[in-house]
Amino acid sequence: MIPAPFDYHAPGSLAEAIGLLQQHGDDAKVLSGGQSLLPLLKLRLASTAHLVDIGRIPGLEYIKEEGGYLKIGGRTRESALERSDVIKAKYPILHDTALVIADPLVRNRATVGGNLAHADPANDHPATMLALGAEVVAAGAGGERVIPITQFFTGIFSTALRPGEILVEIRIPAPPPRSGGAYVKLERKVGDFATAAAAAQLTIGADGKVARAGIALTSAGPTPIKATAAEQFLMGQRPDTAAIAQASKLASDAASPSADRRGSVEYKREMARVLTARALTRAVARAGGH
Amino acid sequence: MSKHNIRVTINGVPHEAQVDARLLLVHFLRDQLQMTGTHIGCDTTHCGACTVVVDLEPVKSCTMLAVQADGAAIITVEGLERDGKLHPLQEGFCQEHGLQCGFCTPGMLMTAYGLLSQTDRPSEAEIRHAISGNLCRCTGYVNIVKSIQYAAALPR
Repeated sequence: MIPAPFDYHAPGSLAEAIGLLQQHGDDAKVLSGGQSLLPLLKLRLASTAHLVDIGRIPGLEYIKEEGGYLKIGGRTRESALERSDVIKAKYPILHDTALVIADPLVRNRATVGGNLAHADPANDHPATMLALGAEVVAAGAGGERVIPITQFFTGIFSTALRPGEILVEIRIPAPPPRSGGAYVKLERKVGDFATAAAAAQLTIGADGKVARAGIALTSAGPTPIKATAAEQFLMGQRPDTAAIAQASKLASDAASPSADRRGSVEYKREMARVLTARALTRAVARAGGH
Repeated sequence: MSKHNIRVTINGVPHEAQVDARLLLVHFLRDQLQMTGTHIGCDTTHCGACTVVVDLEPVKSCTMLAVQADGAAIITVEGLERDGKLHPLQEGFCQEHGLQCGFCTPGMLMTAYGLLSQTDRPSEAEIRHAISGNLCRCTGYVNIVKSIQYAAALPR
């Protein structure tokens, strides 16, 4: 399969890339790792007159701790996340996620920024970033602006990025002590999109009660779903089996999945419940709660 | 459609070529350079038959533009054998019956090549993880894993 014709641009700087996007407006698409966009172009489910490859722009691939945040460059590859010692030690929810995105060959090119900006509700990073309370940094002609992840996903394949903006960084607030998170995905085989998946990130206070809860679902609706009622329920609770069961029920109530080859609506909602319970249980253990 | 002059090194040999913007790396290798060792299987980023090593990392060449490879060092299955002597991985696939129809083999070999260049003696679990993006419809993978273990035990 061969994509419809386009002009290819390989800007050497962010300013040049933003200039190209402004110049071509809706006729341009940003190429990051290309592991979602190129298949869409090949299948001709998408087409573009101009492809702006941000792969030659220096300084967009990094994982660093700075100013109370974990900062991930927009073009950081999933394989870098998978191998990072900081991620393994301090952000196991992100390590969980990187390990189940597509397959190792795809992860050698796929990028974290691309996974978010593509805004496929079946992508895995959106739920983990919602659970972590991340922020996204967008660079445009007027400089940079910070978008809370809760305002980033505006619809299926749609984000708050404006035409001419590029996602350059993801910022995750460093979790306080006694925090833990997990991402649990049900897939038919390696490389498949999630039938259902759940992300949970908890902080447990010195009194043994939940001080912060982030819960989100993949493949559970037209956008990634933040399970707000489940989060609110857990606040101030001891995260025991009964509380986790109730929170998981509330999370699955927030899901509005659609039926497809991977399962019926009822099955997917039930899996959202089961996977949320598993993610919460693992998050509690990692937070040192049990 | 824009055209681009690219320079790539393939199996140690420098190449310069003009490519259409939309030309995929796998088509550049197979159609423009007549290097047909790299296979096209699913063409939808699932099967891994088109795997080549780009700048030391195995990637699916059906999901990369040739122009994106400008400046890169690429290794394909044709680059494994040296002076008529099979690479230890190829030797392993022969000795351990790591292929039946052989269609997935170039991709399996290149993924394994990428693995062995980063991990000297991978465990069975590491091998199975590494090849999880390469589909084989014949072998059930057991002999492929053995083949890679065979190569990992040889001096390279």
